[in-house]
Amino acid sequence: MDMFKTLIVILLSSVLVDNYVLSRFLGICPFLGVSKKLDQATGMGIAVTAVMLIATAATWPIQYFVLNTLHLEFLQNILFILIIAALVQMLELLLRKVSPALHKGLGVYLPLITTNCAVLGVTINNITDGYSFIESMVSSLGCGLGFLLAMVLFSGLRSRIDESNIPAPFRGLAVTLIAASFISLAFMGFGGIVDNIFGGAAV
Amino acid sequence: MSSVWIAVAVVLGIALVAGVLLLVFSHLFAVAENPQKKAIRECLPGINCGACGYKGCDDYADALTQGGVKPNLCVPGAQSVADRIGGILGVEAEPFKDVVAFVACNGHCEATFRTAEYDGIPTCRAASMVYGGANACRFGCLGFGDCAAACPSDAICMTDGIARVDTSRCLGCGLCAQTCPKRIITMVAQETKTVVMCSNKQKGGPAAKACKNACIACRKCEKACPHGAITVKDNLATIDYDKCTDCGTCVAECPTGCLKSVFFPNLPETDN
Repeated sequence: MDMFKTLIVILLSSVLVDNYVLSRFLGICPFLGVSKKLDQATGMGIAVTAVMLIATAATWPIQYFVLNTLHLEFLQNILFILIIAALVQMLELLLRKVSPALHKGLGVYLPLITTNCAVLGVTINNITDGYSFIESMVSSLGCGLGFLLAMVLFSGLRSRIDESNIPAPFRGLAVTLIAASFISLAFMGFGGIVDNIFGGAAV
Repeated sequence: MSSVWIAVAVVLGIALVAGVLLLVFSHLFAVAENPQKKAIRECLPGINCGACGYKGCDDYADALTQGGVKPNLCVPGAQSVADRIGGILGVEAEPFKDVVAFVACNGHCEATFRTAEYDGIPTCRAASMVYGGANACRFGCLGFGDCAAACPSDAICMTDGIARVDTSRCLGCGLCAQTCPKRIITMVAQETKTVVMCSNKQKGGPAAKACKNACIACRKCEKACPHGAITVKDNLATIDYDKCTDCGTCVAECPTGCLKSVFFPNLPETDN
């Protein structure tokens, strides 16, 4: 029961409190680049979630069974980048054969994710936070869902911005960045909410 | 052995494993690409305009290889591309038909009126979000010129409150048809001579109240047409152009004048 509670806390805090885009400011590039339309934003969000899960499943054992046993922790960054890039390529090949429809939907986003800092950030943070394998997977799922949530919210906001009459100096990227900062501010409001709900059980 | 060499060995080892796995995957999951599709894709202009009705050139090439799709749908490529695709597929391409944009509304200032004052952002898209626009006819042209702004060749101008297409400048790209929030712009074959200049799907009474030029679904045209080309669907006359011979009988019968005989002048021939 305790473990279940811990997992819920990890999931909720990685979706809302420690949202990768809006609180830790990782993965801003796809957040600004692919959020113009809702369907694209959703596709990108789902692709990132899938890649985060797979990347964590691959990097966690390597960290604990290879790097830690050989005392090579300093290789973490370079090895994780290598592994994630190779994994995403494999995933793309696999998708193209097994499910052409899914490949059509997500395929264009996969090459964009190969060197995405949010994916790398999740895998490294899972190690530095000392999560077990299951906790790491739940945390990755939460981070991916948080990314999806941020993308969907922001694409909605952007379609509203497109409809509005914006003063000339703010048009284009300027107003997009301002809107992003407001969403980020709103998410700051989630700070501490999980701790209070679960009585300080946060890891 | 110093830890440097262990580190090098570990990185190289993992890279090798990843490389071998990638190789295995690319062989195991190789997808044979249709050579026809590649050849067709190279014929197409690659600007992904969507005028063919598909999501882009890739999508159209895909549909062509699967069969049952006409090879003469590429608007920017016109006849030459249709012929080349026909050559690849081994079928005779039908002559390419030029298409032009056609605004199915004749609700100009004197024919219809506004039921409200709209004072918001002057675009059709914004205006249509407020109760479908301020026009008496909720199907008609809003007249803010979103289509004119989308037109790459300045072929659309707003006259008397509705969009008019100068077909001698229309490229047939269909951007205006996608832009119009009321979806009253359609791409019609350039040789079309008889058109329904109304999109109102209300019954006769309300339609007549909203606009003098509206189709009131009286079915006179349906009865008059000697070729059975006109049917009234959803209170709106529709012409089946496969049967229509442009005889003009319906135009003479129509009490509101929403059926019209028109002439779409061609694009002037250019050197390129």
